[in-house]
Amino acid sequence: MMVILRRAGIFLLTLAIASIVVFAFMAVLPGDPAQVALGVNATPELLAQTRHAFGIDRPLPVQYLDWIGGLFTGDFGRSYVTGDAIGPQLLDRFEVTLWLVGAATVVAVVVAVPLGTLAAAKHRTASGTVVSGLSQLGAAVPAFLAGIVLVEIFAVSLRILPSGGWTPPDADPVAFLKGLVLPALSLGLVQAAVLTRYVRSAVLDVLGEDYLRTARAKGLRPTRALIRHGLRNAAVPVVTVLGLQLATLLIGAVVVERVFVIPGLGSMLLDAVGGRDLIVVQDVVMVLVAAVLVVNLLVDVLYTVVDPRLRRAR
Amino acid sequence: MRNLVIGAVLVGLIVLAALISFLWTPFDPTQVDAALRLQGPSGAHWLGTDRFGRDLVSQLMVGARTTLYVGVVAVGVAAVIGTPLGVFAAAGPRWLGEIVLRANDIMLAFPALLLAIMFGAAFGASTLTAMVAIGIATVPSFARLARGSALQVLNTEYVLAARSAGRTGLAISVRHVLPNIAGLIIVQCSVSFGIAVLAEAALSYLGLGTQPPTPSWGRMLQESQELLAVQPRLLIVPGVAIALAVLGFTLLGDGLRDRFDPRLEGHRAQG
Repeated sequence: MMVILRRAGIFLLTLAIASIVVFAFMAVLPGDPAQVALGVNATPELLAQTRHAFGIDRPLPVQYLDWIGGLFTGDFGRSYVTGDAIGPQLLDRFEVTLWLVGAATVVAVVVAVPLGTLAAAKHRTASGTVVSGLSQLGAAVPAFLAGIVLVEIFAVSLRILPSGGWTPPDADPVAFLKGLVLPALSLGLVQAAVLTRYVRSAVLDVLGEDYLRTARAKGLRPTRALIRHGLRNAAVPVVTVLGLQLATLLIGAVVVERVFVIPGLGSMLLDAVGGRDLIVVQDVVMVLVAAVLVVNLLVDVLYTVVDPRLRRAR
Repeated sequence: MRNLVIGAVLVGLIVLAALISFLWTPFDPTQVDAALRLQGPSGAHWLGTDRFGRDLVSQLMVGARTTLYVGVVAVGVAAVIGTPLGVFAAAGPRWLGEIVLRANDIMLAFPALLLAIMFGAAFGASTLTAMVAIGIATVPSFARLARGSALQVLNTEYVLAARSAGRTGLAISVRHVLPNIAGLIIVQCSVSFGIAVLAEAALSYLGLGTQPPTPSWGRMLQESQELLAVQPRLLIVPGVAIALAVLGFTLLGDGLRDRFDPRLEGHRAQG
């Protein structure tokens, strides 16, 4: 319990410092948001008015506290460019990205666990070597390239799946699922390649353990022994890696959203960067950073909970 | 051993292509010629031309330079900052180590691609900006590795002997710790190199990496994206180049790791 509390404390501290880093980074940027919003011909009076309206004429610490206080109450401020409230849009976009990341995780696990186990169990045979080689190669392919190729095959040539766009799940569940397949595959398959290597090495480690030999000696067939006793033990390091990969997926989604024109957090971030809408950039970066930290915290906690050795130590 | 050889050959080919490109390329890689656009492979243009009539082989060769440049900048920044940080964290006073570890945790909250996008927003899109960002985001993995392996070296008897002979922490770090952890750092460099190449491709695809007219494999992909149906060659060529480069550096790293860490090799031979 103490371990978890201590970890939660570190999490909060890290989150606080990360928010200062994000704010400071945006604050020292060259360029005046008011100037960007109004254009080069704006009068000094109008500029001053706009700066006041944006709240950027106040001292930095006040701006920071106002921003961070707003985040806690769900007030993410207003876009410098459109003037719209950022919070509701951010929430919608985050939901879209979570669907994508969730589906990609499912793809990665469903592909990597059987393949990695196979590669470990048959590591001295041709099929094991082929799986290992393929996973090496797969991890070297950029996710967006996988996406472009998948679109070409399934959307342009075969015409069985849409090439992009987004349908919310409550609007049309079938269209939603169809639209999710290709983005989730392109994001998930590359992660599956990475994960396969970890599953393989985790299962290989377990294969050398005494308890597996005992299980076989008791008369269990090798495959059954591996599934009943081996996989459960191999799961601990794999879950850790999967958790850390979630952070990678979250950021990888930025690129894949671009390929498939999906209105998620990534597109929101890139559009804001393009339009120099700095307050939106700041909000989206903060949400992504917080999400990464939350995932890391959960992995740590999960690790303490599931690892039998740590449990015994308590 | 097999990993090491395949990795070294792939990396060697890229280095060779980049070096030759300084002296010779079949054509000027930036030469636009509307009459030559979208030509298939031929005796003159071995891999054909792109939508602007530029020679693909020449672009690929000069693109190899960009790829190496990207890796050298990103890995250089990460190794030069991360390694001493990790060694100081291990050899220096406890509080210093604690600060380095906490700073590492905070850095881990900023994944490479996110940091690169932030840098792009702040300083404008360019290869250098993107790669410095990737490098900074990679500092924690170097610091962590350097600290872990330095701690092991610091517990050896010869370091205790050096300490009792009156050597300072700095002298021990330079004379004993660094040479002993160099192998693992080189391995990490090779693996990070592959990751940097992937990141550059993604950033160039988003328009935040290498800017025209500098040839880059990532931008070659981005420029020919909509031509996949008619001219798949234009995507396959840079796509395969990127995948082989990443694969090469990863395999080289794996092979070197087996070399530098004999225990692992034994483990692998058994497993």
